[in-house]
Amino acid sequence: MKFDDLQARLRDARAPLRFTGHGSKDFYGEAPTGEVLSTLSLNGVTAYEPSELFVSALAGTPLADVEALLAQHHQRFAFEPPRFPGGSGGQGTVGGMVAAGLSGPSRAALGSVRDHVLGAVVINGNGELLHFGGTVMKNVAGFDVSRAMAGSLGQLGLITEVTLKVLPLPAATATLRFEFDQATALMALNRWGGEPLPIEASAWWDGALLLRLAGANAAVGAAARKLGGDVIPNDMAAPFWTGLRDQADEFFVGAERAVAGGARLWRLSLPSTTPELKLHGEQLIEWGGAQRWVVTPLEPAAVREAAASVGGHATLFRALDKGCGVFTPLSAPLAAIHRRLKASFDPHGVFNPGRLYPNL
Amino acid sequence: MNAPVDLATRRAALVAALAPLLPAHALLHHAEQTTPYECDGLSAYRQRPLAVALPETEAQVAAVLKACHRLGFPVVARGAGTGLSGGALPHEVGLTLALAKFNKIINLDPLARTARVQCGVRNLAISEAAAPLGLYYAPDPSSQIACTIGGNIAENSGGVHCLKYGLTLHNVLRVRGFTVAGEPIEFGSEALDAPGLDLLSLVVGSEGMLAVVTEVTVKLVPKPQLARCIMASFDDVRKAGDAVAAIIAAGIIPAGLEMMDKPMTAAVEDFVHAGYDLSAEAILLCESDGTPEEVAEEVERMEAVLQVHGATRCQVSADEAQRLKFWSGRKNAFPASGRISPDYMCMDSTIPRKHLATILLDIQRMEQKYGLRCANVFHAGDGNLHPLILFDANDPDELHRCEQFGAEILQRSVALGGTISGEHGVGIEKLDSMCVQFSADELEQMLSLKRAFDPDGTLNPGKQIPSLSRCAEYGRMHVKRGLLAFPELERF
Repeated sequence: MKFDDLQARLRDARAPLRFTGHGSKDFYGEAPTGEVLSTLSLNGVTAYEPSELFVSALAGTPLADVEALLAQHHQRFAFEPPRFPGGSGGQGTVGGMVAAGLSGPSRAALGSVRDHVLGAVVINGNGELLHFGGTVMKNVAGFDVSRAMAGSLGQLGLITEVTLKVLPLPAATATLRFEFDQATALMALNRWGGEPLPIEASAWWDGALLLRLAGANAAVGAAARKLGGDVIPNDMAAPFWTGLRDQADEFFVGAERAVAGGARLWRLSLPSTTPELKLHGEQLIEWGGAQRWVVTPLEPAAVREAAASVGGHATLFRALDKGCGVFTPLSAPLAAIHRRLKASFDPHGVFNPGRLYPNL
Repeated sequence: MNAPVDLATRRAALVAALAPLLPAHALLHHAEQTTPYECDGLSAYRQRPLAVALPETEAQVAAVLKACHRLGFPVVARGAGTGLSGGALPHEVGLTLALAKFNKIINLDPLARTARVQCGVRNLAISEAAAPLGLYYAPDPSSQIACTIGGNIAENSGGVHCLKYGLTLHNVLRVRGFTVAGEPIEFGSEALDAPGLDLLSLVVGSEGMLAVVTEVTVKLVPKPQLARCIMASFDDVRKAGDAVAAIIAAGIIPAGLEMMDKPMTAAVEDFVHAGYDLSAEAILLCESDGTPEEVAEEVERMEAVLQVHGATRCQVSADEAQRLKFWSGRKNAFPASGRISPDYMCMDSTIPRKHLATILLDIQRMEQKYGLRCANVFHAGDGNLHPLILFDANDPDELHRCEQFGAEILQRSVALGGTISGEHGVGIEKLDSMCVQFSADELEQMLSLKRAFDPDGTLNPGKQIPSLSRCAEYGRMHVKRGLLAFPELERF
């Protein structure tokens, strides 16, 4: 599909459109509705210069293709976006990755998808092809619309191309395991966070804390000696971190079973120092304490309240019934800005309507 | 424009509306009181506001905003006034909302590694307060001794360590403030993300056009145990540019990677006597920070790359005093330039770093073309250029040539795939250059975005995003002179 065809289609649309790549994240957010508009014809890396630390790709480019290319040059997306199985066999596209705004285990240390977006090309509801941002790290010309596309779930327009910062692969990694209960793990993670240690990812579940160190050889070695714990060989640790990243590890497999049985999987985003949340059900803790996965039969209001009471928020990640709403409701002034912003980019209200919030 | 009587009437109306809301000393409207607020760091543009409000509480901010909103008065928020693009230039019929009294550090949380501070707290004051905890706030614009965190939010300020530590946006969790209508609002959260659209991305760098910020939660990071700096000389700017790209290509992300050309090196050496190599065509400063093991390893790797790419001299700082000495010249590029020329205009564009040598050679050609000298300092690691064009403002022809020179640098930067502003913002200074970088549709979308936050368009109107009629009128880039106030301040 050529850009001008796409532009005309978006300009003339008066009924809901559902932007889709591989459909690997259809489960995420409110239920998708509307006529499918596939981005898969927008396929290809349009610019990649390893020494400039950026890659540009059309929205429908498979994430796996881009990551394979980066790996050839010893680089990566440092935010480790999760990859989910899609209906068409794909595991997600670059456009979907940005639109969903999900980041993986290294997020607390290295930043989110949002933090790595440098530029985006977007078609708005007037069918205009708009370029925001660029390919350089420092760019303060105009409002930072490209970064606001991250996590927007298609509300503001169709992303046709994105430019993302890439980083070199670390020279060394090491994984350490500690037998810690939850409270001990949370305290340790926050204490270590204040020290100059090369901690790149963490995961606590079921009485064990795993830490991934990454950086220069000497720094990783010195930190491993300082921290103690049991060293998990890299060939054993790597599949664990990949499974965690893609939500395919034991915890998430168990969560999916529980969800099939009527429980709900929540993503709680909290201040990292929040003490152990006494919620009924299994919890997996990432991001140094700042992201907690909870699989629980509890009423949604109780989970939302638990998150809100400590200054965080709860997202209903997987459930058979999402009738209670997926995302934490917004304050009145924020909701008003959301409505006006949506109308500004999508005057006919046809881009993924209701996917972020019902009535948006 | 407005006749004096009209202005006087409007001023009286504004003062009458605000007087009941503020202590008498917090509302300034006589000329001698408002003149100190007539410009920010870009002193070539001056405009006295109708009045200046200096609220002391958030309730007063809300009340002032509500009153101005009801009566339709524009509001321009202001921090320390160190901005370099005129973002805090007052509005002729508006109120300047000076937030300097919001200068308290509310809370430092060593365990969470966050600081909750009022908007008027100085950038450096955060790091100073956090120092006993072994923590600091990473973004370090060189005006950090004076600039406020609220202003940093407005500009998405950078500094010399952005490549490794990110911009303001990457180091801020949450901002609290008020809508143009005086309603309290929060963007972001104390967690790492917030529900809904990522409005924090829009608010950071919005130059006071979308909301008024009164409180900020920033991330603090552990202070590196050690930092060492390599000072490398090159006999050819192309080799220096290639060495920069090669360091990145080798998988190294230096804590700082700066470049100075020969004229700048001569100017700063005369000023600070840091022992720079005056015969070099270009000097690179490459900094490594982290654990001692990490730094030793990285310094060794960087030195090897620099040698391979033709460095004629490499010196590694032996101790902290020497490291600071290496940096002293780089940090004093502005005052040093002030000593060798009556005036200078500072440009601020970003280009892909592989084009560093190209643009440096282009600038050398432009020096011939316009008959003016230019000294260059670059944040080479992220391709952010700060050419300083030397001229004499008393000579109208020199001023004119300087403007043309600057415009050509910005145009060239855009043509090389870069941007017209890396970190100083657009403000009033670069409105016309925005017309070069963005299409009419893109600008209209940004103006429409502003209306989503500020439907009546009274928050800092006329800044950052040019109207389409303005672009039509100018038709091309037309760069205004960037004379600076506070010439003694370190910049960049």
